[in-house]
Amino acid sequence: MAAKQRRSALLVTVSTGLVLLWVVVASFPFLWTLWGSFKVQADFFSLADWRNALRGTFTTAQTGSAFTGQGYHGAWVQEEFWRAAMNTFIVVFSVVIISLTFGTLGGYALARSGFRYTFWLLMIALVFRAMPHITLVSGYLLPFFQWNVWGHLPTAIIVLVAINQPFTLWMLHSFFLNIPKDLDESAMVDGCTRFQAFRHVIVPVMWPGVITTGLFSFLLAYNDFAVTAMLLSQQNQTMVPKIASFLGSTQVEGNVMFAVAAVVSATAPLFVLILFFQRQIVSGLTAGAVKG
Amino acid sequence: MKHRTFFWFIFPSALAMILFIALPVVSVFIQSLHVEHEQVLRTVENCGPFGCEEETIVDREATRELREAQPLGRFAGLSNYTDRNHLAFAELASMWERSDSFADFTRRAMTLPFWRALAFTLTFTFVVTPFVLVLGLAIALGVNALPRIFRGPTIFVSLLPMIVTPLIGSLVLYWMVDSRGVLGATLQVLLNDPGLSLRASPTLTWIMLIVYGIWSSAPFAFIVFYAGLQTVPEEPLEAAMIDGASRWQRIRYVVIPHLMPLAVFITLMQLMDNFRVFEPIVGFQAQASATSLSYNIFNYLRGDSAQFGAAATTSMLTIFGVIVLLTPVLIRTWRDFNRKRN
Repeated sequence: MAAKQRRSALLVTVSTGLVLLWVVVASFPFLWTLWGSFKVQADFFSLADWRNALRGTFTTAQTGSAFTGQGYHGAWVQEEFWRAAMNTFIVVFSVVIISLTFGTLGGYALARSGFRYTFWLLMIALVFRAMPHITLVSGYLLPFFQWNVWGHLPTAIIVLVAINQPFTLWMLHSFFLNIPKDLDESAMVDGCTRFQAFRHVIVPVMWPGVITTGLFSFLLAYNDFAVTAMLLSQQNQTMVPKIASFLGSTQVEGNVMFAVAAVVSATAPLFVLILFFQRQIVSGLTAGAVKG
Repeated sequence: MKHRTFFWFIFPSALAMILFIALPVVSVFIQSLHVEHEQVLRTVENCGPFGCEEETIVDREATRELREAQPLGRFAGLSNYTDRNHLAFAELASMWERSDSFADFTRRAMTLPFWRALAFTLTFTFVVTPFVLVLGLAIALGVNALPRIFRGPTIFVSLLPMIVTPLIGSLVLYWMVDSRGVLGATLQVLLNDPGLSLRASPTLTWIMLIVYGIWSSAPFAFIVFYAGLQTVPEEPLEAAMIDGASRWQRIRYVVIPHLMPLAVFITLMQLMDNFRVFEPIVGFQAQASATSLSYNIFNYLRGDSAQFGAAATTSMLTIFGVIVLLTPVLIRTWRDFNRKRN
């Protein structure tokens, strides 16, 4: 008994140590960047001594205080990052709304139809889901140039909606499978059409699944780089390609700090998102897994 | 559900996928059979005081007109696929003859853009995926042993690397391992090598990208495994304890078999996601030492002289790779589906 206790004490130490290590590895980069975004470049990228970043030696020398908002001012005002933030908001909001509308209809149909073609549709969706987005982008560019639709926000929105569909369909399909069939079928026995049954019986109970799926649509649209970088013109750029374009001019003193400030700004909404929707994100991640 | 109703319900979604996924694939295929027009050359005679000279110049006007008239370029058949930038059979054959050892051949083959990108993409996919599985399981077991109040915050922190935009995540790490960043400088001190730069060596760059891949994907495996651990049945565990199974044996023979379907799911998702590795290479600015298939496509497309033919060919080969990767899964699902029906 004593031996067993000792072994388990060792095990607890090891496993707790591992978790602690992981927590540091997962969070330190973000904390460090957040801290560093209030410094000047000479401190955050310190040639002489990394402790400068903690003490803010150069920041104090250049600005008079240990923290500075120069990076943020440069990014948001000078480089007009607010414009990119606004574009991101428009794109993300539209993508989430449209793909959920399409996805709930399609996902519901896939969950309720027992024919063989539903299986093939789901399989095709899986293959589409696996395709790297950039391969599709190489197919868009020429036709979009021809039709003169390249560079506008609506183009990027509809493309992101389409790219999002396979995933949305899969996820909502598995959520609708969980809603008992009897519910809408009894409504149809009472004389509803299929659409009325969907509208009055299914819609009121589907929100948990739709919110979870919406979170992942949000993440896909927000995190996209391949599509928005290639399909949007300079003035319509969203945040992520904008940050990438800051990097092009890294040689100029101070510009790196613009990128650092922009990176922190773009991470903040995601942080808030996890804060409020942690449970939904976790359940969404596992939804596909548990049902296979 | 009637076919008609089904059709109208699925219509918006299917239309979007046909227009923006299926047709672009067709368009990519057609593009991959074409190459850009060469510049139109014109011979002009320059007559000066010392006699006349014939000179060949680029006729910009004619080139522009030709390119506008036929934006696809000229038909090239499969030559795009076999050229030096893609499968490069001729180059490979001649390299094989000229090299004296297999290592030498590999070194030479790594100068071909497609094979170089494929080598990195596959290495990344097949190194990151197992590490993610093992690390995810380890963290899940660790968190599961924690007191309940610590679990929520741990999950909160763990979600960050996964949820954050890939480009942003890689930039955050890149700034830290930069030779002037906090980790880069620390490594220089620890290894006593002031000239050490992770970016200068191809091997270190590959390791850096793989570490990023594990860092950003481990949370996914962790969360899925952690959710699975909550549903491990109590009875077999107790039975195993009564039979005298050690903690390790209980994990090995009860918990892991229970988690097996989840591991298959994670592997599938990870293979798909890692195969399209792209943003980290942009974020870490690692293109000198590591390129992936997706990065190659991106590189062909950007800039003023986009090479649509080359990009489309790489895209077709990438799609082929995705299908090869997915075939076992598709076959398995097909069998399951049939078993369920019968």
